[in-house]
Amino acid sequence: MPSNKSVSDAPIVQFTNCRILRSHQLQREDLWVRAGKILNPEKLFFDEKGSADIQLDCKGSIIAPGFIDVQINGGFGVDFSLATDDFKSGIDLVSQKILSHGVTSFCPTLVTSPPSVYHQVLPQISIRDGGAHGAGILGAHLEGPFISKEKKGAHPEHCLRTFEEGAFQDLLATYGSLDCVRIVTLAPEMKRSSEVIRELTKRGICVSLGHSVANLSQAEEAVQHGATFITHLFNAMLPFHHRDPGIVGLLTSDKIPAGRRVFYGMISDGIHTNPAALRIAHRAHPKGLVLVTDAIAGMGLAPGRHTLGQQVVEIDGLNTYIAGTKTLSGSVATMDTCVRHFQEATGCSVETALEAASLHPAQLLGIEHKKGTLNYDSDADFLLLNDSLYVQATYIAGKEVWRQEALGM
Amino acid sequence: MRLVILEDYDQASEWAAKYICNRIIQFKPSPGRYFTLGLPTGNTPLGCYKKLIEYHKNGDLSFRYVKTFNMDEYVGLPRNHPESYHSYMWNNFFKHIDIDPNNAHILDGNAPDLQAECDAFEKKIEEAGGIDLFVGGIGPDGHIAFNEPGSSLSSRTRLKTLAMDTILANAKYFDGDLSKVPTMALTVGVGTVMDAREVMILITGAHKAFALYKAIEEGVNHMWTVSAFQQHPRTIFVCDEDATLELRVKTVKYFKG
Repeated sequence: MPSNKSVSDAPIVQFTNCRILRSHQLQREDLWVRAGKILNPEKLFFDEKGSADIQLDCKGSIIAPGFIDVQINGGFGVDFSLATDDFKSGIDLVSQKILSHGVTSFCPTLVTSPPSVYHQVLPQISIRDGGAHGAGILGAHLEGPFISKEKKGAHPEHCLRTFEEGAFQDLLATYGSLDCVRIVTLAPEMKRSSEVIRELTKRGICVSLGHSVANLSQAEEAVQHGATFITHLFNAMLPFHHRDPGIVGLLTSDKIPAGRRVFYGMISDGIHTNPAALRIAHRAHPKGLVLVTDAIAGMGLAPGRHTLGQQVVEIDGLNTYIAGTKTLSGSVATMDTCVRHFQEATGCSVETALEAASLHPAQLLGIEHKKGTLNYDSDADFLLLNDSLYVQATYIAGKEVWRQEALGM
Repeated sequence: MRLVILEDYDQASEWAAKYICNRIIQFKPSPGRYFTLGLPTGNTPLGCYKKLIEYHKNGDLSFRYVKTFNMDEYVGLPRNHPESYHSYMWNNFFKHIDIDPNNAHILDGNAPDLQAECDAFEKKIEEAGGIDLFVGGIGPDGHIAFNEPGSSLSSRTRLKTLAMDTILANAKYFDGDLSKVPTMALTVGVGTVMDAREVMILITGAHKAFALYKAIEEGVNHMWTVSAFQQHPRTIFVCDEDATLELRVKTVKYFKG
């Protein structure tokens, strides 16, 4: 019995026989979708006297909000830091392929690059909704070049820059345009970083601290000026020290402005962080943990050599190093692998693991009113998963955009 | 009157649900010939609703050609408030079954003209051909729906102020804050329920025992409004052992035998 069409003509789909992640719990509820949004069935029943047009039996699957990856450098042979002729088709390929990992929105990430790369690549990235063509693009994540030499990690030293001359103007000149930029990672100990952080924050760009030798008070000052994220916690920063916890100390700092939360990215691929360290971070500040893949071009491909911007990277199993060194450079982990590994390593609940890849990144970017949850009126970007957290199907705007073969529904 | 005594809450709920289920099936509802059901809220009928949902999910019972009329609703509470009777019915019953939303009638406690809303409700019942089976509960003070002690036994659907006992009892659902508890409700009248062709009252638990005693062993009295059903030609009281604690042994033996 369809609705009386008083609000909308669009068909109403009811996903039954499932457990949905809502209010931080897996609840035995049906999921209702109409016109690309999660629908309130009680309102439909009483206000519109409506009911479902289509009912789909999910055979006991878990339904979770789609994953959001805010740090991904490429994959499947595509490198977002390389200004190639077919850059656009490269980004399309990655956005389409990561649907099978459960990612429904992402921030293509560029590592430290010469200005020419930013000037050529950034205009080719557009913020767009996801769909059958691939995951939605929320905006670019620019990791560098305003980072510390001592903590450059896999970033090329010759491209590092400072903004001590012209502060924000230097940054703007380097990147060319900030129109589709969502996150900028920088080292807060750099001169005039406060001005830059304030200016970026004013423009709605999320400032992340990373590749830095900042001490805790420098980090706290950066947060006071507007920084809200930490790029891959533990990696490329000073190690935790009990008399100066450095950036890691932000997890339990008492100098965070009221009403704000500091989020931190974690690559839970089993390589970048020892499980014990992952647990320490999670237990210290569970609500701030954001799972990221930091995946590079070699993700999804056979082991071997690939590029990461200006560098060459060697992949051996799950380990990815700058060729000829032991310097970690990104990962080949997929988001769903990270979610599973995170859940195993911390022993946390399924709900917590799923929220670290959906709700928390949405909260970081200030978009949780429409992404990262299954709340009524949110965008209907969601996943069907089995109990072991393997993705069985991916939906964007209520439409199935990927399905594991041999799933009968 | 029939008094059906089951051993415990679960069995009483199941008996009541089976009775409703059988009534509907025997009626053979079809397009143009709906079975009309009056429905209660509260703790007591939860087990019965669960069973009805089970029968529906097993494929044994459909509500496609059933019309329902709820007994009451708070005044001034937003419809989507978790304690509204709309929320109760949606979460505990409607969302699990195949009833047509156009056939699920609940009084609107936020209507601009409350008396007109009540009159319209009576009209809808009339247009549906009257109620085949009205299921109700009993309050500790012997009220049916919100027909608090002192309500006329020939009353119709109307606005009622809630008794202090009721407000206090409800406070636990509103964070213990008395100021948040609704003080008025729209309710079907005793007369409205008496018009039904058949009435089934569910009473379980020792705290309802005194009310049951007053309802069936004493006279018809507007202080114990459920007592009105002594004058209804087809009433069943379904209860558990605990609810019979205040009855005479003779009464219990008679109905158990």
